[in-house]
Amino acid sequence: MSQTGSLMGFVHRRRRGAELFLLVLALAVGIGAYAAVGLGVEGAVPTDLVGYGGWLTGLIVAAHVTVRIVAPYADPVLLPLVAALNGLGLAVIHRLDLTYEALGEDQHTFARQQLTWMTLGVVLFIGALFLLRDHRVLQRFTYTAGLIGILLLVLPFLPVIGNKINGARIWINVAGFSFQPGEVAKVMLVIAFSGYLVLHRDALALAGRRVVFVDLPRGRDLGPIMAMFGVSMMILVLQNDLGSSLLFFGLFLAMLYVSTERAGWLVVGGLLFGAGALAAYTFVGNVQNRFDIWLHPMDYYPGVSYQPVEALFGMGWGGLIGRGLGNGFPERVPFAYSDFILATIGEELGLTAVMAIIVCYGLIVERALRIALISRDGFGKLLAVGLGSIVALQVFVVIGGVTGLIPLTGLTTPFLSYGGSSLVANWVIIALLLRISDQARRPAPRLEPADDASDDSETTQVVKLR
Amino acid sequence: MNKPIRVVSVFCLVLFLALMVNATYLMYVRADGLSDDPRNRRIITATFSRERGAILVGKEAIARSVPSNDKYKFQRTYSEPFKYAPITGYFSWYSQTGVERSQNSVLAGDDSRLFVTRLVDLLSNTDPKGGNVLLTINAAAQDAAWAGLENLPGDAQGAVVALEPTTGRVLAMASTPTFDPNGFASHDFTAVSDLGKLLNADEREPLINRAIGTTLPPGSTFKLVTAAAAIESGNYDADSMVPGGYRFQLPQSDTTIGNYDDGNCGGRRITLTQALQVSCNVTFLTLANELGNDAMAEQAEKFGFNDTSLEDLAGQAQSLYPRDMDAPQTAMSGIGQSSVTATPLQMAMVAAAIANDGDVMRPYVVDEVRAPNLSVLDRTDTQSISKAISSTTADELTKMLVATVADGTAAPAQIPGVDVAGKTGTAQSSGDRPPYAWFVSFAPADDPKVAVAVLVQSSDTSPDEIGGGALGGPIAKAIMEAVITP
Repeated sequence: MSQTGSLMGFVHRRRRGAELFLLVLALAVGIGAYAAVGLGVEGAVPTDLVGYGGWLTGLIVAAHVTVRIVAPYADPVLLPLVAALNGLGLAVIHRLDLTYEALGEDQHTFARQQLTWMTLGVVLFIGALFLLRDHRVLQRFTYTAGLIGILLLVLPFLPVIGNKINGARIWINVAGFSFQPGEVAKVMLVIAFSGYLVLHRDALALAGRRVVFVDLPRGRDLGPIMAMFGVSMMILVLQNDLGSSLLFFGLFLAMLYVSTERAGWLVVGGLLFGAGALAAYTFVGNVQNRFDIWLHPMDYYPGVSYQPVEALFGMGWGGLIGRGLGNGFPERVPFAYSDFILATIGEELGLTAVMAIIVCYGLIVERALRIALISRDGFGKLLAVGLGSIVALQVFVVIGGVTGLIPLTGLTTPFLSYGGSSLVANWVIIALLLRISDQARRPAPRLEPADDASDDSETTQVVKLR
Repeated sequence: MNKPIRVVSVFCLVLFLALMVNATYLMYVRADGLSDDPRNRRIITATFSRERGAILVGKEAIARSVPSNDKYKFQRTYSEPFKYAPITGYFSWYSQTGVERSQNSVLAGDDSRLFVTRLVDLLSNTDPKGGNVLLTINAAAQDAAWAGLENLPGDAQGAVVALEPTTGRVLAMASTPTFDPNGFASHDFTAVSDLGKLLNADEREPLINRAIGTTLPPGSTFKLVTAAAAIESGNYDADSMVPGGYRFQLPQSDTTIGNYDDGNCGGRRITLTQALQVSCNVTFLTLANELGNDAMAEQAEKFGFNDTSLEDLAGQAQSLYPRDMDAPQTAMSGIGQSSVTATPLQMAMVAAAIANDGDVMRPYVVDEVRAPNLSVLDRTDTQSISKAISSTTADELTKMLVATVADGTAAPAQIPGVDVAGKTGTAQSSGDRPPYAWFVSFAPADDPKVAVAVLVQSSDTSPDEIGGGALGGPIAKAIMEAVITP
């Protein structure tokens, strides 16, 4: 086997021990932060620390054991990164709960709800890994996934279950629960894009007119990108959701570029995006306002720019090392527990923690793209690129928005923000990435006749797979 | 497909680097600018919730922070609110005044002199505490000053300043009517805001520290400056014969001005000492007219007019001696009328300079800055602002002022066994308002320990010199006694 391996080139090790070690560190972050919140806000270690820590540990261990059993070659870094982010997010939401309660609001149990959602997310993570033994199965559901994705995007417009919260029509109410179907839709759409593009990449890659070193696509192939552009604009205009609109279009563009290897698509996409942005700026008043608030936030304080400016004040006050958990005033920022959770972290844990979090996200994206590089099948490559791009774009849009780098758009911070739909969807994304990486890192199957396994005299035949 | 994946990777790297650079810019480079924004309520709340340092008079904390049970953790309290309000000012959620404002960085614990303390707090993870401020105030003198103002008859407005002539230390500073800073320190911000509106609308202006913030014609007390200018000119001394008589005719005008009692000051020619003793208007109108605007202005400015000198308290008004007055106005300025205005602090500085051989010392209120553990971090150095008059002139003036108390208009300030130097003043302003009574003095004349200026505006002020002395004299006397008597 080892001889075969050396002949085959590099063989990935399982590295499950490394994963376990990193998971211990990740749990230390999550449970330690929870204890620090108790010390900082109430002056004592929380009484339920053991129960809480035990539950968190149980979830993470279950995920780890699952990976050991059904995806032993999976990437060892992703799960610890996610566990650390999720644990930190829970602690920070709990910290805000305590403050909101102290301010006299009704019982605030966002952290408890988030822990429930995390449990559901881990269950789905485990289920996905157990049920889906080969990601290529998903290719069969290309059009089904696409249809479901579109349906999910339309759901908020249905009369009974559709719900408009904070100006964005992206919610549905089912049995008392609010759910953002868009979070699930993005996973469905990545599957659909991957399946579609891996089939049609050759046609889409055909060169058309050449303009300044760049081969533009043929006009007749513009159909898919125009369709996606239309969907994005509809999300923007009808749902009033700039973030999702940007996310879906950027995601499709990245996958189109990777599948066709044609920079020309980026030119077309860029032009469309520019035209769309200009149109949105001109015709959609909300976009214009956000742009204005982004450029001159201080001029509109304490009016419409109250939220972003309070976030800036908070993060500035946090400085290098932060005020310490419980010693800041993150509750001054509306939605500090969801879209603006990074402002809370910046205020109380400082630039240090913000940098660490950005690096964690960077590592998740890096692992996803690495998985795409080493994946042996086109579908897997596209799927991994798509999932990685979702995380990259979402993190850039939301952190960039909170820190004032780009105009503010409403999106959740993956794994940190309070929000069940987002959390569950992101755990599934990680499960899919682990599944692809397990396939990619697994040693190539031994292609030798099954009957002469006992015959050692014959040299093993080497078949190049790529 | 690997090449475009690598391109996407590089693109993602650029995105994340942009996030990191922007986060660093925001939270490190821009952080100070954001903290300085006056609308940044985090900074205000943090300052408001800190254990602020105490303001001390001797060993007593007249302003200190005590633990409170609400979310701001500490409540600022003032133990003798009205007596010290003009000095301490107030500390509210919205703003600060007085020493609370001028020493805010020390009291809040942000001052660079508290660097070591802050570092220790940071390392030991204890909440930062503010430093303490020791005032120059003499508690007994302040008690006497406040009691004097409080006991004034009727609806009186007034102010008192006492200085230590050799150093410029402010020994007492009181103003009435005043306010209760405890009301402003309340955590009920609506009430604080209402209180502020109420006091701002009050026409008696209780928020103003009259001792430094109100300028009024100094009246006959300004004759000290006129006499100083005359002696400095080299043509006069205490025994020089100067014009007395019934009336002085203003130059370029038909108007004549008499003395307060329509008397003749004791003759057509009297000594300068006698002129001061009886506060002879004719004499000082003549002297100012003879000296001219330039010489008079120069002398006034040497005493501190047309400038501010107190750095520890905001709101000091400039005492004015205009340099562009015509001849009749200049003559009128010799008796502290026309456009001449002065604060009680300024008149106390004039008295203190005469007491201190002519050296004008910079007045100051903050004596020491102390760390939370009471170790002294900084002590204010005394500083001479100018040499107003020669020591010979100072001696001459002191002799004349002692005579004025011993056997003249300033008799109410006599202290048995002690030589007191003093001068009354009564200034007219517009007809419908009562005249202002002034009194300036220092004691003991041979070794001055305290110089006082008292200003009283009350419906009971009589328009004559002795009347002015009757209101201000006893207050000045009480303060001087409080300082001199051990």
